[in-house]
Amino acid sequence: MISAKTLKWVAAAALTLTASSAMAFEPSGKVECIAPSDPGGGWDFTCRSVGNVLEELDLVPASVQTINMAGAGGGVAFAHTVSKRAGDDQLLVAASTATTTRLAQDQFPGMDADMVNWIGAVGADYGIIGVAKDSPYHNLNELMDAMKDDPRAVKFAGGSANGGWDHLKVLIAAKAAGVENLPRIPYLSYNNGGEAMTQVIGGHVDAFTGDISEAQGFMESGDLRVLAVLSDERLPGDLSDIPTAKEQGIDAVGPNWRGFYMPADIDDDAKQYWVDAMDKLYNSDQWKKVMKSNGLMPFHPESGEFDAFVQQQIEDIHSLSQEIGLIQ
Amino acid sequence: METLHYLALGFGVALQPENLMFALMGCFIGTLIGALPGLGPANGVAILIPLAFTLGLKPETALIMLTAVYAGAMYGGRISSILLNIPGDEPAMMTCLDGYPMARNGKAAEALAISAIASFMGSLIATVGLILLAPLLARFALTFGPAEYFALFVLAFATLGGITGKNPMKTLMAAAIGLIIATVGIDLSTGTQRYTFGVLELYEGVDFIIAIVGLFAVSELLFFIEEKAGKGREMIKVNPLKLKWREILSIFPTSIRGGVLGFIAGVLPGAGASLGSFITYTLEKKIVGQKGYFGEGDPRGVAAPESGNNGASSGALVPMLTLGVPGSGTTAVLLAMLVSLNITPGPLMFTQNAELVWGVIAALLVGNFILLLLNIPLVGVFVKILSVPPMYLLPIVTMVAFVGIYSISHSTFDLDFMIAFGVAGYILRKLEIPLVPVILGLLLGPEMEKNLRHAMQISDGDWSILWSSPLSIGLWLVAIIGLVLPVIVGPILRRRMQAAKEKVG
Repeated sequence: MISAKTLKWVAAAALTLTASSAMAFEPSGKVECIAPSDPGGGWDFTCRSVGNVLEELDLVPASVQTINMAGAGGGVAFAHTVSKRAGDDQLLVAASTATTTRLAQDQFPGMDADMVNWIGAVGADYGIIGVAKDSPYHNLNELMDAMKDDPRAVKFAGGSANGGWDHLKVLIAAKAAGVENLPRIPYLSYNNGGEAMTQVIGGHVDAFTGDISEAQGFMESGDLRVLAVLSDERLPGDLSDIPTAKEQGIDAVGPNWRGFYMPADIDDDAKQYWVDAMDKLYNSDQWKKVMKSNGLMPFHPESGEFDAFVQQQIEDIHSLSQEIGLIQ
Repeated sequence: METLHYLALGFGVALQPENLMFALMGCFIGTLIGALPGLGPANGVAILIPLAFTLGLKPETALIMLTAVYAGAMYGGRISSILLNIPGDEPAMMTCLDGYPMARNGKAAEALAISAIASFMGSLIATVGLILLAPLLARFALTFGPAEYFALFVLAFATLGGITGKNPMKTLMAAAIGLIIATVGIDLSTGTQRYTFGVLELYEGVDFIIAIVGLFAVSELLFFIEEKAGKGREMIKVNPLKLKWREILSIFPTSIRGGVLGFIAGVLPGAGASLGSFITYTLEKKIVGQKGYFGEGDPRGVAAPESGNNGASSGALVPMLTLGVPGSGTTAVLLAMLVSLNITPGPLMFTQNAELVWGVIAALLVGNFILLLLNIPLVGVFVKILSVPPMYLLPIVTMVAFVGIYSISHSTFDLDFMIAFGVAGYILRKLEIPLVPVILGLLLGPEMEKNLRHAMQISDGDWSILWSSPLSIGLWLVAIIGLVLPVIVGPILRRRMQAAKEKVG
């Protein structure tokens, strides 16, 4: 399919005589990044920081313009991408585990993950389970054992809605530990992780489920004891003291990744360009600096494997949500 | 010591050139909004929220600007009270009593200067109170579990009408409307959608900002169109200022008393700035007694309510910042701003968003000095603007509101929604149903529901958890008092305020 547009790019590439002119696709002009939230949120950060680094690395011709499109937890942006932007190969949309969770639970009516192109992830925030410093639980196994005796023994507080990612992390861990009767586990939903953590520190709720980036403040002050991080390996830097769930014999991993999807019906060349761009970005020093200063942890499925990862995550969340009766 | 450390950090934020510029801008716009009759501080802040988003301001900068607007509006309210005998906003009503007579006696400049100094002192005292009290209260907030929070929200609703509120039924209705709107969107505790009818835009519930701007700003425009109030108003000419040090010193005791009392009135939920200015004026009259000539242009009668309402406005920030329960309509709007920025008020905010909280507090102090400077030498500018016919001002206001809302989400749905809220606000105001309870219902409803359900989950369905701690019992008692007291004291207070108003004529 050679459209007038493609010809224009070829012409533009030929004219500018860039080193990479051998490549069939190269973005020209304005590149847009939709952050499906109001300014200030995680998706907004993903768009803006990735946009900056893409510019620094000359992977985009000019600037990346961030557009905020809030609504329905990303649903408005997803619907916009599916229905109005098909074939637009200069559009990135920020996504995360929150996006896959909603897709898995059919919260974007009439839409599914196959309607867009999944490009890549550029890092993640890992799930943790923590308790207040005077809690009787000292490791994840003690906590899970109590739950095995009585699934209502430990009450969890988290920053997502019921059935949202913070809730699911508890269920993933409990399932891996062999706790039965998952729907009985009490989960109290708060507006954000900070609010939930305050309730745990205050002794009103037993345990906190959230992401490592949310917990750092109270971890450093010693008010919060993190029992486990839900990552494959221990986290780098100061966080290497925290044991993983895996090393405690509970095979539970919960990355809240940050990445992008693009509209459907784009050329393979264009898709490959953006997949490669994410690889280059992820491996660049500039991006490593951004990750470090913003507490973003390593997470980057190999080129081309991201799509499969997304599908698998959606399937896992779907079956887990069915198990707890959240969806039919 | 820790407080001083944080305050230093706050000054570091507040004194950044960008923040300082927006504080200055906020002070100026705020004074203007306060001075214009009809546009109260809640409206003013509501209109400027979308502007803050449009400019892509950092959270602390946005909040600094809006608190400056808030503080400025409290200063500005007095200008039209003194010159026109029309309060620019409700709390400035008491300033008419002695301010207008002073102006008529050819002392308009002195009245304006004295009220600016009193406003400054009231605000300063209350800001110091805020600095001392807020961190203490924030730490105390850790002891609040779901049951305590639920009782606190009940208290907020019980005292909503305020002690001076006239029609409790209408207040209740307004709060109920807010609560009903609040149920739209995802139910956090079960993850199901409520009243969204498959409309994606409704999945996250009704955006506070859109509701607020629609209810306040758009309805204001509709009212204006209806009244066709095109002309400016006749006002008293301002004489050259001749103020002696002795005169300034003579209002110091009044201003200090007013500031302290106003602060206390502000901290109490439901009381707010109107009560602050009312009780300080009444108290001052009692203290000075026969020696004064209150009602005929006594400078102390100008200083008392001004220090009172400025004190109360800073005081109202205490419960808003520490517990997330606004003490007045304007702080409710500020709270909506915080929520939109995904910042939760409470103990965590004081540590995790220390730069923001203390930046705002420091900016309040800085803003106070700016306001004093703005309001004494530059008072003439505001007086000039006051004579600009509203037919030029309101379209600008509306434009800012529309552009602002659109720039947040780039969605025409939001604009339509805002207009719908504007029409609803117009109808409600026609029916004399107050708008602030609607906003509070919308803001606090989800929180109240959430905490009740959490309490039930923790206790496994045992209702007695709601009154199982001394703290929650105390809160319930205050709530009951808050409900009963207005029925007894309300008519008396209202009669007195009415009498005072009639005296001015």
